[in-house]
Amino acid sequence: MKPKHKKSNLVFIVAIPAIMFSALSLYSQTNSCLDCHREIGDELAMPVEEFKLDVHQEFGLSCSDCHGGNPAEEDIDLAKDKTFEGAPLREQIPEFCASCHSDSTYMRRFNPRLRVDQLDLYLTSEHGKLLKEGDTKAAVCTDCHNTHGILASSHPKSWTFPWNIPDTCGRCHADNDFMKGYRIPTNQLEEYEQSVHAYALFEKKDLSAPVCNDCHGNHGAAPPEVTSIAYVCRQCHPSTGELFSKSPHKTAYDEMGISECEACHGNHKILSPSDDMLGTGKEAVCIQCHDPDSRPYEVASRIKEMLDDFINKTHSASSLLEQAEGKGVEVSDPKFKLREANTLLILVRNLTHGLDITAIEEKIQEGEKVVLEVQEAGMTALKEATFRRRGLIISTFFVFLLAVALFLKIRQIEKKNRTQ
Amino acid sequence: MKKSLKDVLTYIDERFMLSSLLEFARKKKVPEHKHSIWYYFGGICLFLFIVQVITGILLLLYYSPSVDSAYESIHTLMSRVRFGWLIRSVHSWSANILIGAIFVHMFSAFFLKAYRKPREFTWISGFFLLLVFLAFGFSGYLLPWNELSFFATRVGTDIAGTVPLLGKAIKTFILGGPEISAATLPRFFWFHVAILPLFTVVILGIHLVLVQVLGMSKPISLPEDKVREVPFFPNFILKDMLGWLLILVLIGVLCVFLPWEVGQKADPFAGTPLGIKPEWYFTFMFTTLKIIPSHVLFIEGEVLAILGFMVGGLLWMLVPFLDRKASVEKKSPAFSWIGLFVLLYIIVFTALTYLLPNL
Repeated sequence: MKPKHKKSNLVFIVAIPAIMFSALSLYSQTNSCLDCHREIGDELAMPVEEFKLDVHQEFGLSCSDCHGGNPAEEDIDLAKDKTFEGAPLREQIPEFCASCHSDSTYMRRFNPRLRVDQLDLYLTSEHGKLLKEGDTKAAVCTDCHNTHGILASSHPKSWTFPWNIPDTCGRCHADNDFMKGYRIPTNQLEEYEQSVHAYALFEKKDLSAPVCNDCHGNHGAAPPEVTSIAYVCRQCHPSTGELFSKSPHKTAYDEMGISECEACHGNHKILSPSDDMLGTGKEAVCIQCHDPDSRPYEVASRIKEMLDDFINKTHSASSLLEQAEGKGVEVSDPKFKLREANTLLILVRNLTHGLDITAIEEKIQEGEKVVLEVQEAGMTALKEATFRRRGLIISTFFVFLLAVALFLKIRQIEKKNRTQ
Repeated sequence: MKKSLKDVLTYIDERFMLSSLLEFARKKKVPEHKHSIWYYFGGICLFLFIVQVITGILLLLYYSPSVDSAYESIHTLMSRVRFGWLIRSVHSWSANILIGAIFVHMFSAFFLKAYRKPREFTWISGFFLLLVFLAFGFSGYLLPWNELSFFATRVGTDIAGTVPLLGKAIKTFILGGPEISAATLPRFFWFHVAILPLFTVVILGIHLVLVQVLGMSKPISLPEDKVREVPFFPNFILKDMLGWLLILVLIGVLCVFLPWEVGQKADPFAGTPLGIKPEWYFTFMFTTLKIIPSHVLFIEGEVLAILGFMVGGLLWMLVPFLDRKASVEKKSPAFSWIGLFVLLYIIVFTALTYLLPNL
């Protein structure tokens, strides 16, 4: 046993100074880029602070990995050796970033799942095309990802995290002065913020809710064409899209070159759909195209009528249950059943995109059966509430009679006692 | 016919000594004075206990003491079983009124110094009955296995866990493990329908026998001429019954207009809902534990409060032996002031729980 101990002691004697020396030598490694920029201050010092949080810094990259030079040299002239590239010009930025990000072998070292086609996509985007044409105002990588404070897209403070994307795009697209000359509206952000998608994202914190890049693409950002809008929406609303494709609207829209979903629901300001969008009322979208005497006008009116009738019946059943619940009767079973009717109502609303009046009618009938069951349960519950109240009155009456009889008997006994 | 009936009665009387019991009842007198209204609370407690027993037995027909079916059985009882809602609501409402009535009965006995010689053990048995009924309330609250009862029980057992030395062992024993689990519910059920009723029968038996044998105490403060005596049968018992009828009507109104809720099924993996608190009769202790500083001198605040309640409870039980003046039929205002302080403390801290829930 003894020699073994001696051997391990020897290992320690050698290892500890070695570890300490390597730690000291690491500490002594300087980054002259950071030292100088910090000393210079002002605008040139900004990258020093920003880079502290940068995702590249987290992966062990430093200034010289992008800008070249030798950070080990303290002398500025020696540090800016022949490898030094300095800051790229704006039009050079996409290629500058792509020198690493398009290199799959290099990128695999850090994150094998990261895509390496950003530059290719960018060049197909409106931004890329404009930059190629010499418009240096067009967005480049740093406009959306930041320059030295680049955070991973999964970081909630990243400019490309879902709930920050509308503002990231809006920094340019909502700026009237900046967008002057491009002849595109600048109200997209304002409209988006009123949309049902923004509500889902900001209020319900649903990160799967669509933001700008979900419909326009990110690196290959471009406005979707008329024919592709429907496919963009179908990514999240496939069943509605399928129904629409089978509807008479599909051929008509294609022939007239009208974009599918957008025609009724709008684009950036997609509000929560209302039943009033259907039918022939003031807010109905059907009357935008169909004249009062036409067959489609009649169909729209009929569908709305059926839907309203079903909704009214559902509300009336729900109100019965609420009344019964308010009166203390347990109605959780019919309340659960009512959820089935509400699911069917959602299906009916979806079916209106197919304009198949028979399919809608069938689904409504299915729903009405459920509503009828709930209504009956509600009526029974209300009858039960009345029964309970009547029972209470009758039993209280008898108890009261008994109490009066007792009271009189007590009086009689006390009177008798007093006379005795 | 008349002769045969007389023979039957004689046969029973010879074996069960009914005539001596009837003689005792006939001769039994109850003091009557300006404070005698408080005597009726004992009878109300007894009546409510009988209601508890009857409705509890009926609930057993449908209740299933397992985490998979407890909530469902209560739900079925409340929604599908004819008069199931009534039986459960009567059980729950009368249980709460019973606890309230016990408190009233206890404080009235305290302020009238009814605990004094020779009724020391009537007081002590009554104190144990209070503990038993609090345990009934605590164990019964979890049985429906709904969200509120689950988390309130967690709060309650966590408090029990802070009892110095034995806390952890008590908590583990009560819960059947370190946390509320599938093992807890059958344990609470066993406690609620087997162990506690057994204790109740014994202690209540002692309490009632002592009340009958020793009779009711007359207040020290009242001179002899201000206290007259009335027969227990029928004068007192009829008035008692009148009180029971009024309580019955109150329970009926509460059950019809505010039937006891079923709530949501307990989900042990869900977060504790905001503002969770134990049943109202434990809230004065709960609020004390909430507001006490984390450390008082070198002792942990919670431990100090628990110790305080334990010592306070013990002294409260031993009051007949501490109040020397009352034991020799002299007024003892100091004890009245202590009682008033305890009563106000309970009322204020209970009210604070509901008025300032974020305390």
